[in-house]
Amino acid sequence: MMEILRCTVNGRPVEVGIDQRESLADVLRERLGLTSVKKGCEVGECGACTVLVDGTAIDSCIYLGVWAQGKTILTVEGLQNENGELSPIQQAFVEEAAVQCGFCTPGIIMSAVEIVGSGKRYTREELRKLISGHLCRCTGYQNILNAVERAVNEAHKFVGREEQEQ
Amino acid sequence: MEVGRAYTRVDAADKVTGRARYTDDLHDGPMLVAKILHSTIANGWVKSIDTAAARALPGVVKVLTCFDAPQIQYPTPGHPWSTDPGHQDVADRLLLTRRVRIYGDDIAVVVAEDEVTARRALKLIRVEYESCPVMLEPEQAMEPGAVPIHEEHPDNILKRTETVVGQPDEALSDPALLHFEGHYQTQQVQHCHIENPISYAYMEHGRITVVTSTQIPHIVRRVIGQALGIGWGQIRVIKPYIGGGFGNKQEVLYEPLNAWLTTQVGGRCVKLDVSREETFQNTRSRHPIRFDIKAAVSSQGRIMARECVAISNQGGYASHGHAIVANAVNGFRQTYPDAVGHRSVAYTVYTNRPAPGAMRGYGIPQCDFAGECLMEDIAREMNWDPYQFRLKNIMPLGYVDPTNGITCYSTALARCMEKGRDFIRWDELRAKYQNQTGPVRRGVGMAVFSYKTGVYPISLETASARIVLNQDGTVQLQLGATEIGQGGDTVFCQMAAQAIGLPTERVNIVSTQDTDTAPFDTGAYASRQTYVTGKAIKKAGELFREKVLSYAREMLPQAGELDLRAGEIVDGGSGESLLTLEELAMEAFYSLEHSVHITAEVTNHCKENTFAFGCCFAEVEVDIPVGKVKVLRIVNVHDSGRLINPKLAEAQVHGGMSMGIGYALSEEMKFDPATGRLLNGNLLDYKLPTAMDHPELTALFVEDEDPSGPFGNKALGEPPAIPVAPAIRNAVLHATGVAVNTLPLSPQRLVEEFRKGGLI
Repeated sequence: MMEILRCTVNGRPVEVGIDQRESLADVLRERLGLTSVKKGCEVGECGACTVLVDGTAIDSCIYLGVWAQGKTILTVEGLQNENGELSPIQQAFVEEAAVQCGFCTPGIIMSAVEIVGSGKRYTREELRKLISGHLCRCTGYQNILNAVERAVNEAHKFVGREEQEQ
Repeated sequence: MEVGRAYTRVDAADKVTGRARYTDDLHDGPMLVAKILHSTIANGWVKSIDTAAARALPGVVKVLTCFDAPQIQYPTPGHPWSTDPGHQDVADRLLLTRRVRIYGDDIAVVVAEDEVTARRALKLIRVEYESCPVMLEPEQAMEPGAVPIHEEHPDNILKRTETVVGQPDEALSDPALLHFEGHYQTQQVQHCHIENPISYAYMEHGRITVVTSTQIPHIVRRVIGQALGIGWGQIRVIKPYIGGGFGNKQEVLYEPLNAWLTTQVGGRCVKLDVSREETFQNTRSRHPIRFDIKAAVSSQGRIMARECVAISNQGGYASHGHAIVANAVNGFRQTYPDAVGHRSVAYTVYTNRPAPGAMRGYGIPQCDFAGECLMEDIAREMNWDPYQFRLKNIMPLGYVDPTNGITCYSTALARCMEKGRDFIRWDELRAKYQNQTGPVRRGVGMAVFSYKTGVYPISLETASARIVLNQDGTVQLQLGATEIGQGGDTVFCQMAAQAIGLPTERVNIVSTQDTDTAPFDTGAYASRQTYVTGKAIKKAGELFREKVLSYAREMLPQAGELDLRAGEIVDGGSGESLLTLEELAMEAFYSLEHSVHITAEVTNHCKENTFAFGCCFAEVEVDIPVGKVKVLRIVNVHDSGRLINPKLAEAQVHGGMSMGIGYALSEEMKFDPATGRLLNGNLLDYKLPTAMDHPELTALFVEDEDPSGPFGNKALGEPPAIPVAPAIRNAVLHATGVAVNTLPLSPQRLVEEFRKGGLI
């Protein structure tokens, strides 16, 4: 059965016909062309399809499109500002060499948006836990953590982390 | 200097904005969807398939079975074609098979209008099988009377080789020497690139186009031609951005089937997406290998002779065949050249497991585990410092492998070891952790490795590069080498910039490759591209530079010696700027006297190879009663020659260390011995390390120039994954006194071993 989904995607009101059985990942990818939303497992294991729904990071592959009715969705395509500049989180990923094959990158960036948006400060260990729903095979998470930590610190004007204990 | 700059990845901005498009992001029209029917037995034959109900389902376009598919056997590994038929890859695959060799073998396929219909149709297909006993281990398959998995190999041994160097036998039985034996074994693990293999295929002008997530577009093109029995020029392969490969995509996977399917539906576009579960079950993995080793060592700690017998579990299909275990026994021999002699015996044995293939290190992670466990065990038994024992025996500068001539042109291994030792505080902690008691203990361990950079002289090494001038004085760099996440495109641009005399900012590269337009290169495998493709880029850059300077001399006939520096034509003596490359380009493009499009294209046939080196040091804490290992600190130190891009090199090492941690502690493909079914073929049950399973990762380098490398560089891609597992195993040994000789060091295994060792 088709249904009309009305929601806000990347700041724009959207009205789109979807199949009730469709995942939000498929709606975003196939109907709206937002291909930053990657599919690595389609059962909520890898985190590559993470988007924000009303500010909360979810695996869009196990979130039905119809559940997004009336909600506000954010993907990586919605992060650049009106001048086209990268968001500080995106910039941190670029500068910290946190990007390799890039397939897990949009999903982790969306979790980072949630983390930074929480307004809290986190320890390195807490950040490890917060991104542990994302699998990455290229980076060992090292530079990803550096990027997320930097984005958190920059957002709160905190001093950068102490040199890591040897 | 463009080489050596921590240049930002050329694709980073596209990847953080979601604009980098991968295979599944590219299609822009309706596509048919193909889904494969996998067998529910692991060994036997398909007797019959009833597809009537599936064909009757509305939306089903075509159902094709193993009884319909062409009977042309083809090879799948990403090796260059060999002009010598004796060295060609084993051709043991069919697009769809009646002879079932693994649980989940490909026996039929549905093409439907959409995915739901295709999946429903699969459930309507009825199959009758004739089953044989399941053989998951080489010893089962090698038993007399075992059913041949491939009729060409009645004893299930794909290949056995024996290599003798020097006179090992005398030393191995010399009573004046110290003698040691060891048995070590590694497990089957999967690459787990986050993008699963995926392709789509269609026909245009009577030719087949396949868009696919592959490391080896030119080889995929060739193998599709072989599998379908058509001219290789009838196929076009396009490789967009790819979400990791690690060797799994150094294999021709479902591209030939996909190509055949489009020909069966009149050239309509067919998408063949592979699920995570199918990726585990039906694509490649890393070989489990068992090593039986004997060693004779002098009382002064010099390795005199060793014997290494390695049995590699090849699963149901040859894939890379014997090449991987052959590489493993060579690697075992090379790191510590024996003073007197060496014997290696290697077996590759067909079984009913999903077929392993290439995976980051190509046999070396396995042999390094065996070799570095052995070194540790000997040192422990003799009460020698394992660091000093290794140092006494490592490959010297100028070493030439007696079997293949690969030469050690540069080595900084001793200095890598020193750096690692200092980082981990080896002497202090080895002493401190010596006599611990209690349930939680700490230890430090180490491992070293050597790794040959490319595949010469075992296989052809060839690479081509093309450089094309743009009107604004920027250039296009066109290659057949592939970016697979490792940062290849970025370092290629840096190398071209260096060779031409341009800032890297003025070199453009398109990551997508198209075999119709990209120059020939065999692709991303071994750790070859910065070395082999680097040589082609250097030559093309130098040729391009000569052509530019020649045109500049036409424009500036009065000038003295000219040079191209930072994108400007300058006076060779004074360095005074005479002409920008942009001005030169506009003249060359549009001159009414002499218009020429300045381009350079070079093929480099690489007839060199060289060893890279490195080591890992780890400090662990072992919770003995629960068998849990926590890596507290870990460092890899690499000698990869001169680094083209230190920032990307460091990132590459992090990823390899991470893969090594999973290999050491948690990853293992597990099977039901009765049915042969893979039990944990998904990312929940297969324990891929998460951010919480890692300590901080430290990557260090010793940068010496390698005289054979195009820019003094040598292998870096695969090496970081190699020494981590044995370093962790050796640290656990130091902490507990228990030597665990089988990977992974999972809690269950450790508890068993600690019980045997009397700790629990």
